[in-house]
Amino acid sequence: MKKNFALIVTGLLFALLFGAGVAVYGFKLSTFLNLFNTNAYLIIVSVGVTFVLLTGGIDISVASNVAFTCMFLAVTMRAGLSPLLMIPLALAVGTGAGLLMGYLIQNFNLQPFIVTLAGQFFLRGLCAVISTESIAISNSFYTFMSLGKITLGRGNNIYFYVFIALAILAGAGFILNFTKFGRGVYAAGGSEQSALLMGLPVKRIKTLVYAVSGFCAALGGVVYSFGTPAGYSLQNMGLEMDAISSAVIGGTLLSGGAGTVAGTTLGVLIQGIIQTSVTYQNLNTWWTKVMNAALLCVFIAIQRVLAARAEKAKTAKPAISKA
Amino acid sequence: MPNAEPVITMRGVKKSFPGAMALKGVDFTLQKGEIHALLGENGAGKSTLIKILTGVYERDQGEILLDGTPIHPRNPQDAQKIGISCVHQEINLCPNLTVAENIFIGREPMKFGAIDWKTVNKKSYEIMKGFGLDIDVTKTADSYSAAIQQMVVIARATEISAKVLVLDEPTSSLTAVEAKKLFDTMRALKEKGAGIIFVTHFLDQVYEVSDSITILRGGEYVGTYKASELPKIELVAKMIGKEYKELDEANVRSGKAVSGEPFLSVEDASSSEISDVSLVARKEEVLGLSGLLGSGRTEIARMIFGVDPALSGTIKVKGQKVKIKSALSAMRLGMAFCPEERKKEGIIGDLSIRENIVLALQAKRGIFHLVPRAEAERLADLYIEKLAIKTPSREQSIKNLSGGNQQKAIVARWLAANPELLILDEPTRGIDIGAKAELQKLVITLAGGGMAIIFISSEIDEMLRCCQRMVVLRDKSIAGELDGDISESRIMSFIAGGADSAKS
Repeated sequence: MKKNFALIVTGLLFALLFGAGVAVYGFKLSTFLNLFNTNAYLIIVSVGVTFVLLTGGIDISVASNVAFTCMFLAVTMRAGLSPLLMIPLALAVGTGAGLLMGYLIQNFNLQPFIVTLAGQFFLRGLCAVISTESIAISNSFYTFMSLGKITLGRGNNIYFYVFIALAILAGAGFILNFTKFGRGVYAAGGSEQSALLMGLPVKRIKTLVYAVSGFCAALGGVVYSFGTPAGYSLQNMGLEMDAISSAVIGGTLLSGGAGTVAGTTLGVLIQGIIQTSVTYQNLNTWWTKVMNAALLCVFIAIQRVLAARAEKAKTAKPAISKA
Repeated sequence: MPNAEPVITMRGVKKSFPGAMALKGVDFTLQKGEIHALLGENGAGKSTLIKILTGVYERDQGEILLDGTPIHPRNPQDAQKIGISCVHQEINLCPNLTVAENIFIGREPMKFGAIDWKTVNKKSYEIMKGFGLDIDVTKTADSYSAAIQQMVVIARATEISAKVLVLDEPTSSLTAVEAKKLFDTMRALKEKGAGIIFVTHFLDQVYEVSDSITILRGGEYVGTYKASELPKIELVAKMIGKEYKELDEANVRSGKAVSGEPFLSVEDASSSEISDVSLVARKEEVLGLSGLLGSGRTEIARMIFGVDPALSGTIKVKGQKVKIKSALSAMRLGMAFCPEERKKEGIIGDLSIRENIVLALQAKRGIFHLVPRAEAERLADLYIEKLAIKTPSREQSIKNLSGGNQQKAIVARWLAANPELLILDEPTRGIDIGAKAELQKLVITLAGGGMAIIFISSEIDEMLRCCQRMVVLRDKSIAGELDGDISESRIMSFIAGGADSAKS
């Protein structure tokens, strides 16, 4: 019930902002669809990060993972290798990087922040080692993926890669709500000690979430390269923070145990609306960050107030039930 | 039906921690279909032994046989797989998950590759109903009281249909009625042939359900006895290794109406949690706050200490009207509050005993008046000696101490701040009988030295022993006050409210 509540609040906020956009700037259906078109990769990355946040961890390596994936694909495409082989390989590399970080964090009891910071430096560094230039990708498969779309009337387009994001969203929602691993993620975030004593494989769960995050980051990279077919070592700087703030706006607690991927997606879309509004207003794009920051503050304050109120409602009840 | 069919056999189990030998070669045998109490003082090694059995710790030496086969559980999951499950003293639930989920997590019934939530919720509801709790199992665990949460933990453990069920202080957060229900469940499981290890500090409960008793002392095996053949006095003597008489010395002052000057008087005060409180705490006197769990005892303490500040009414300290808006202002007025949940609200595990002890004094003086190291060391040593805190050194991390010793360190913290009024909320919960007696004696000595003390406890024996006056609470209001003539039956009648008295 509590988690649904956070989701409803986020949903309402989204509706409110979009409604305001319709009234003020004349947002249309195409604006709505474009939120997905431009943010598909961020949805995927944020969903992955949500897994980590739910366990109470953090992953700040995802932006570098995205950049590395694009760079990897750009270089291998330039060498004439098949995208149908290289994309799965890129996903495997991204997942492997996440798995390795998860392993280091769990097995040596290291701080997730530090380990994923190292991962961030490493992958970003590797990009620059490969090339400091921007490398364009051009082959028939990419042309198909970056331009393939479904048109619903005039100007209302959904690109094919948006469906990848939707599939990931559905898959993640299923995993989190209907599998032992998914529930274990919530349990480990709610009370690690209890989860451990209940006999849950906490260590494995907390390792695997980084692999999930790594996979999603790499897939986000693939989707990003569909939208922007190029590899560049400095692209998507700071994306990890966008992903984390999307999750938080969507109701995920950084302390773990609460949050939904649907909420995270709404978080991404809300930030997308702000970005669109800033563009409509012809403002400097940095205003997006300013607005996001304000929103983030408001959101965590609301969450705090709601949590405090719930706490109060609970203690007001008599401690013993008449059993 | 205890017969010679052991399910668990432990032989020569040894375990040491940095600076302490926790188990010095312990033997333990659990038969099928018996309830076996494992008793001992704090630091006797009960918890360590159980943690070894359930895979939380690994043993250094010795062997454990389950149905005759050696086992080496490396984690609780391992232990659960082979049929050993455990309910710990601390409530081990995931507060963010539903009750149903807490019962089934890790073993959820699956349907078409997905968790079958319908079955989970339906079964959980039935299981909780079997415990006499008709509750909404789809609400999160943290929407229920500690007692219900503990029942959920127990439901989970019994549901795993364990061969061996370990109950480590399961009743410390339960009411008498709920404890009875738990005992019925234990007996039912025993009939089905499960072996149950029961760790508790409530000796009455030991005799109520146990078939056999094994006693540990200082990490050593003392002996195993049939419950029916071991008188309580002898049991206590074996546990603490001295005569029981010493424990009763504390009785001397009780019942005497010694009244010093009022230190604190509360008139018709209300906080967000409790309303219309009137009471007086005098110097040289122990005032008891009695009542069932949740009756408002802790809420009064929290109001007096400014944690949930009084919103209306009058509070006077030494005759002067005061406003207590925060814990710090209460401390400046000479009060100290030793809270109930020491793990959550009291100790700071990674700091040393010395640091934990000077904490309150430091807070009272303010951060710009650092308590000098030499003074801190002197205070720490003084209280370690005075309260007989068992530790290799004052620099030991407090988390390495046993429960009773942690509690003593917290009391020491407040004593170091030299308060005029000391509020103790369940100071003896979960600590052993020897340490309990020491703490009770300390309380009486402190009052004798002129301190005003407000004492909160669920154990009536203890209240009778320590308090000169008693305020009895029922359903968040004051039901009555007892002065001089305090007896168990009078307290009970106040708690029961004159209606059908639930004396148990």
